[in-house]
Amino acid sequence: MRHFLNPLDFSVEELDQVLSLAEQIRENPDRFAHVAEGKKLATLFYEPSTRTRLSFEAAMLNLGGKTLGFHSADSSSASKGESVADTIRVISCYADIAAIRHPKEGAPLVASQYSRIPVINAGDGGHQHPTQTLTDLLTIRTLKGRLDHLTIGLCGDLKFGRTVHSLINALSRYEGIRFVLISPEVLRLPTYVIQDVLEAKKIPYQETTSLEEALPGLDILYMTRVQQERFFSEDEYLRLRDSYILDKNKMKLAPQDMYVLHPLPRVNEISVEVDEDPRAAYFMQVQCGVYVRMALIMTLLGLNRKGDSLC
Amino acid sequence: MLNVGRMEEGIVLDHIKAGYSMSIYNYLNLDKLDCSVAIIKNAVSKKMGRKDIIKIQGGLDLVDLDVLGYIDHNITINIVKGGEVVEKRSLSLPKRITNVIRCRNPRCITSLERGLDHVFVLTDPETETYRCLYCEEKYDRR
Repeated sequence: MRHFLNPLDFSVEELDQVLSLAEQIRENPDRFAHVAEGKKLATLFYEPSTRTRLSFEAAMLNLGGKTLGFHSADSSSASKGESVADTIRVISCYADIAAIRHPKEGAPLVASQYSRIPVINAGDGGHQHPTQTLTDLLTIRTLKGRLDHLTIGLCGDLKFGRTVHSLINALSRYEGIRFVLISPEVLRLPTYVIQDVLEAKKIPYQETTSLEEALPGLDILYMTRVQQERFFSEDEYLRLRDSYILDKNKMKLAPQDMYVLHPLPRVNEISVEVDEDPRAAYFMQVQCGVYVRMALIMTLLGLNRKGDSLC
Repeated sequence: MLNVGRMEEGIVLDHIKAGYSMSIYNYLNLDKLDCSVAIIKNAVSKKMGRKDIIKIQGGLDLVDLDVLGYIDHNITINIVKGGEVVEKRSLSLPKRITNVIRCRNPRCITSLERGLDHVFVLTDPETETYRCLYCEEKYDRR
């Protein structure tokens, strides 16, 4: 039984297989509309995240499966003091696969140690959000036709932004990747990511505080929100919230084939006027998220085995 | 030179960095043992200048080698039988340690669920870096 807790849990080949399956689903969704009939996905969301939960539920429903679960710790047995280990043991009796989101880092790993069904990490604090990474990879592959030899600009909160850390980890396994890290001084990429990933793998990177200077050289601009929930001080959050705002004028500095991604929700960091720009890819990214979660559910449930007439 | 009585059977933890014997005594919970334990501080050493030594009158099972390897893998263990050193063992950094150190990350699941083991994994032997199994936070030895 496999779990998916970290983007690096899958080899590059396995990731490519999931992405290829997601592309097949996108090309012909009807063909996959009944593959998970009779299967149930449990969405165990200890903190609210409408977008991710709905994406998982849509993915399972699109495959012909059913969903059950809770959407906050208050409406789960956690409010009565039940441990993650006990919850997943119980849920293993009800469902075939579980997606778990928890504010505490490592909670999905704990769940996987006690689970009898595959566990997907749907986000654990500031640690990992691997299905967002799959979403980002599929979006980039769809737009650029490849995942290698790209210059990726990461902008905003690079310190607490787990999507950024996961994406760097995942992309660092492809050849010819270069990163431009655009952030305010206090939200710089943590040293351990720089040392353990970028420097350890000799991946070229450049740190800058200027979005304008970085834009002309990018293939992909990955914008992030400064997340209020990651700050202990309200004043600090308010000071940093609007550090970068991508607008129509800044987009004029970007190449015609540079695409803008964002894990959403956005607040102020991308002006709504950019939505009309054909290079704004963040809503298409949401659609990619559903396809890739469908592919992941199929993979973990063993519904894409070789010899199967589906794939 | 100070002489500590000759030991017939037991183990000697040698080449402890000077000044570290008490922390090793605590980490290994030697205070809970019924047998004799001798701590020698600032002994003269050709190799180290000064060193600490701990002598324990008992078997090797009294000492958690993983804990000791984590604290200082340069320590050597001499096994004494019949008053003679019959075996010398060296230590290595353990790949995984359980409930030796505690994760300090307030966002880690171990901060919420108190019954969980605190497990750390050696991620970089060169820099002797250990990370929490759950949240991957690096453990700062300070």
